[in-house]
Amino acid sequence: MLYREAGDFKTSYGDDSQTFPIKLDRWAYWALLAVALAVIPFIVNDYWVNAVFLPFLIYAIAALGLNILTGYCGQVSLGTGGFMAVGAYSCYKLMTAFPDVNIAFHVIISGLITAAVGMLFGLPSLRIKGFYLAVATLAAQFFLVWLFNRVGWFYNYSASGQISAPERTLMGFRITGPETQAWATYLFCLVFVIASAWICRNLTRGSMGRKWMAIRDMDIAAEIIGVNPLRAKLSAFGISSFFIGVSGALFFAVYLGAVEVGEAFGINKSFLVLFMIIIGGLGSILGSFLGAAFMVLLPVLLKNVLVDGLGWPTDLAAHLQFMISGGLIVLFLIAEPHGMAQLWRITKEKLRMWPFPH
Amino acid sequence: MKKLITAMVLGSVCAGPVMAELTFPSLSYRTGPYAANGIPFADGYADYFTLINERDGGIGGEMINMIECETGYNTEKGVECYESTKGEGALLYQPLSTGITYQLIPRVSADGIPMHTLGYGRTSASDGEVFEWIFNYPATYWDGASVAIKYLLDENDGSLEGKKIALVYHNSAYGKEPIRTLTELSEEHGFELMELPVDHPGQEQKSQWLQIRREQPDNVIMWGWGVMNQVAIQEAVNIRYPMDQFIGIWWSGSENDVRPAGDRASGYKALNFHAVGDDFALYDDLEEYVWSKGLAAGAGDQAGTVLYNRGIYAAMIAVEGAKKAQEIHGVTDITPAQMRDGMEQLEMTEETMTELGLEGFGPTFSASCSNHGGSGQAAINQWNAEADSWEVLTDYIQSDQDLIQRLVEEDATAYAAENNIERRCE
Repeated sequence: MLYREAGDFKTSYGDDSQTFPIKLDRWAYWALLAVALAVIPFIVNDYWVNAVFLPFLIYAIAALGLNILTGYCGQVSLGTGGFMAVGAYSCYKLMTAFPDVNIAFHVIISGLITAAVGMLFGLPSLRIKGFYLAVATLAAQFFLVWLFNRVGWFYNYSASGQISAPERTLMGFRITGPETQAWATYLFCLVFVIASAWICRNLTRGSMGRKWMAIRDMDIAAEIIGVNPLRAKLSAFGISSFFIGVSGALFFAVYLGAVEVGEAFGINKSFLVLFMIIIGGLGSILGSFLGAAFMVLLPVLLKNVLVDGLGWPTDLAAHLQFMISGGLIVLFLIAEPHGMAQLWRITKEKLRMWPFPH
Repeated sequence: MKKLITAMVLGSVCAGPVMAELTFPSLSYRTGPYAANGIPFADGYADYFTLINERDGGIGGEMINMIECETGYNTEKGVECYESTKGEGALLYQPLSTGITYQLIPRVSADGIPMHTLGYGRTSASDGEVFEWIFNYPATYWDGASVAIKYLLDENDGSLEGKKIALVYHNSAYGKEPIRTLTELSEEHGFELMELPVDHPGQEQKSQWLQIRREQPDNVIMWGWGVMNQVAIQEAVNIRYPMDQFIGIWWSGSENDVRPAGDRASGYKALNFHAVGDDFALYDDLEEYVWSKGLAAGAGDQAGTVLYNRGIYAAMIAVEGAKKAQEIHGVTDITPAQMRDGMEQLEMTEETMTELGLEGFGPTFSASCSNHGGSGQAAINQWNAEADSWEVLTDYIQSDQDLIQRLVEEDATAYAAENNIERRCE
């Protein structure tokens, strides 16, 4: 009734293959963009940006990246934390080596460096798949963290082994360092998120995305119909790592400002991002966002409700938070094994019929 | 369940409109691999504030409002905690985590809120000319390293020539802190330094201790925290390493660390910069005003442990700093900037400590605009498993200030150049 496609006529091929075929979806999309770009920057404060928006936006980019590799191309990866570390350390080295270049370029170049590293570690995927590949990428995770911990050049030989982001600007506005404005860092990350989602959407529905999905669904069949597995798999590793590298660079430079590789980019991070795409929905752009929101925002929400709202002891709240998050994950996966994106798809189908299902 | 309901009722009462009060956030961790060490500290910190509120009616008539926030020793949660509490008029941060400290140093400096990292954090922050908002008295990690070596020199008739000393450390900013000082000291005294990093959270140390068994270093020094301490001490016992040649930093010297290893942990040594046990007049007040009224933080079973005492010590310094600030500025409702002045002019004398019911509790020191690091003294404690207590072996040993001042100056100058900070105090 409310959610319908009647009267929405498609008169061209362009109309027919658009991302949001239903008018209501298009409106919602443009309204969301307008709010995110034109309303939120005026009302955010430090708390909302640093505790809610920045982690959500940055993890959304990481989830988009991993979703290309795992969701679309079917290559399981546990190296996300390591690749994020590559992005962060490349960004640090670039920021300190070229202080006059603006930060946006550093972030993009960090992504490119990570893409190269990702392709290198993607080479084993040509010979092995499934769990065996997961183990090979796990090696990447441990190797990269070890490397950044071990070799002083990566952290400019600082005494603590930490890297910390110096102040860098974009068009005169501070983006990194302690004296940033909340809206500036928010908009900076938001632009990267919008660009990433737009690129991902268009890559995955084009010929490249079709090749990835063919490889995912049955690699031998894909090879027979003319998909080059070498190029498909390595491009998936490269592009996926690019986005993960960008998110790592933003995570370090804009969000935290100082990181320690073992703590910030350990194996837990790899699992966190993997859980995001599994819960959000494999092979779905929307799913990456939903998964990131679920994993990042739920703990903050629970903490605010239980500790600040109800005044419960912090340790009780922390334990409850584990239980509630864990319980909800199980519940979601039982209700819909294909993730929250599929849940939303089904809801949409039902809403189209409502209130007169056949 | 009853406790839960009480807490809920208390919470709803406290949620009413707040009067002018002094806010001290407590960034604690009661969950995760570091909880065993985080809980006693958080309890001591909270209990001392409760005592001040109950007995004295706050500081100078202003009640203390302590906001607790769980970080789990995780930097991302630490940032969330910082952002959510700074808007409530926070006067002083004590994150109890070197990782979170590094995260917060630029943030508190930009927001103008003092941070006290009691014997942890960034050592060079003791240079108040560069780190205006950061305090780390009474002693720093480099003091700790120097004191440990001085003690070993003493044990070995003044020479460590040709000795082999292993450093088992948490592979993080925290554990890497002493390396610079120990490297310098190894060159000066001619001992060989073996570096053995242990990755977070520290449950896996088999290979490190295998290496110790093979190479038989004369001494092992440890920079550990949380579950890593227990595992290390257990491993040392397993390879039959002589426990009296094993020295931990002050964060590796609590009851929780040695008890799991049982009787054979006897003889293990650790540094400390305050007294142990509960033989202080203050404890009677705690009993009267806090515990007997059921106001104890947490489970209330940590009283008298090393880290509980350290929590009390940290809270005591915060309260004394606030008192000093009120005295200097002649107002009771102080701002973070005034709190900084109080911390900067803090003097910890024997008389003050006796007055507070903490006679001989810690070393005496006085801070100044340029000295935020205190006197740099620490004592050696030894674990006695039979008596189930720590015994104090030495007096407070003074660290090698010439060396440390030089290193601090070097590091602080580099930081100042990196961040365009001008030296103040001149």
